[in-house]
Amino acid sequence: MPEATLRDRLERGLASPICLTWELTYACNLSCSHCLSSSGRRDPRELTTSEALALIDEISSMKIFYINVGGGEPMVRRDFFEIVEHAVLRRVGVKFSTNGTRIDAAAARRLANIDYLDVQVSIDGADAHTNDRVRGSGSYAAARRAMDNLQAAQFGEFKISVVMTRENVEQLDDFAALARDYGAQLRLTRLRPSGRGADVWNDLHPTLEQGRALYRWLSDRPNVLTGDSFFHLSALGAPLDGLNLCGAGRVVCLIDPVGNVYACPFVIHDEFLAGNVRDAGFARVWRESELFTSLREPQNPGACASCGSFDACRGGCMAAKFFTGLEMSEPDPECVFGHGELALAAKENTRRPHSSPDHTRRVAVSLSPPHVAAKLPG
Amino acid sequence: MSSSEPPTFDATRHWRLSDHASLRDESFGALAYHHDTRRLMFLKSRALVELVRQLDDYASASDAISALVEEPERDLYLAALSSLCVSGLISA
Repeated sequence: MPEATLRDRLERGLASPICLTWELTYACNLSCSHCLSSSGRRDPRELTTSEALALIDEISSMKIFYINVGGGEPMVRRDFFEIVEHAVLRRVGVKFSTNGTRIDAAAARRLANIDYLDVQVSIDGADAHTNDRVRGSGSYAAARRAMDNLQAAQFGEFKISVVMTRENVEQLDDFAALARDYGAQLRLTRLRPSGRGADVWNDLHPTLEQGRALYRWLSDRPNVLTGDSFFHLSALGAPLDGLNLCGAGRVVCLIDPVGNVYACPFVIHDEFLAGNVRDAGFARVWRESELFTSLREPQNPGACASCGSFDACRGGCMAAKFFTGLEMSEPDPECVFGHGELALAAKENTRRPHSSPDHTRRVAVSLSPPHVAAKLPG
Repeated sequence: MSSSEPPTFDATRHWRLSDHASLRDESFGALAYHHDTRRLMFLKSRALVELVRQLDDYASASDAISALVEEPERDLYLAALSSLCVSGLISA
């Protein structure tokens, strides 16, 4: 049972994904500046309740153990609890990401009563100032209220999910302390230049120095979850916990709110669209689509072939390359050796691709009652 | 969580796939998932997957191994079952 072949096997694809993200809606009551899915307005073509329930049945029959539910803000769907409870009934675990604005005391109690349900509440700063610059005014207070409500409802170990930015890397210890205070688990993920993230990535992605500090911090704390986000940092030394590979179309994929299947949650773009679940179901797209078949072929290491660390990072993140205008055969833009920065500098005048669908609201939103009961600061 | 104390593996007892676990066949063997601990595990051989699936049919884990695994490999599979027991994937 040689360990070395497992990653090769995974790169050739699986019968069903390990990590299936399903974004329930493009509607969101926040408008985070780095939103991967450019969410805001609901799409009129979103899957209906009966289509959503049928999709869960198919997911269950494919023996997909759990789904990552996101959005948009999944809880703004009126059938949110119906969908989640159906999944759990069919023995499909649910890990869902939320901005917390809809987790009042009653919702927290209802969530606490569902087995096989994990909640990730997002904050992107350890204080309101840092967080609200990215996620919008009042969003930190709303997220903290959700955490208070989950704690009061004895939900147990929920997750606090943070996208690492240049502004919050310095707050790692504060995030860890916050998680400890709530008895929560800390989950850190990588800022991708996807969706609206393309507009802020240049200013917000951590510096190389910060990347090195993050690697050391994570190496000392194997209990901090990362969703395999930072495998590009594994080139710095011993690999971080996780599979350390790009799973797009191989072990990972995304179903968007209108049923489109993309290679991963970070590439909502026509170039990475494998099919739609409305046509012949999800299994057919996963197992037979041309795109996923080609992603499961051996990939060309390109410019990274001669790098001694290629085996550690495998050239990095496909989405990060694509949305910064790099070729798949070029290094990750955040390559720890600076090769990505050089490649980017050579492309300064290249037009970068943008996510295809954009559901950004045309007018700014602000948090207001009834979703947020208390008065918002500022 | 289903149990509070860490289980110890006694090969003379009857074992089976835990009610809290699921298996899915894959080309390399199977993926296993424990729904309570949320742990994902890789069973990296077909023979191990078959052994886990058939444990329930034998009075003891030793009997299952004797029946399904060739002599030189038995210790290896015993160790594999022991680690699956610690992970809660199989239960007595």
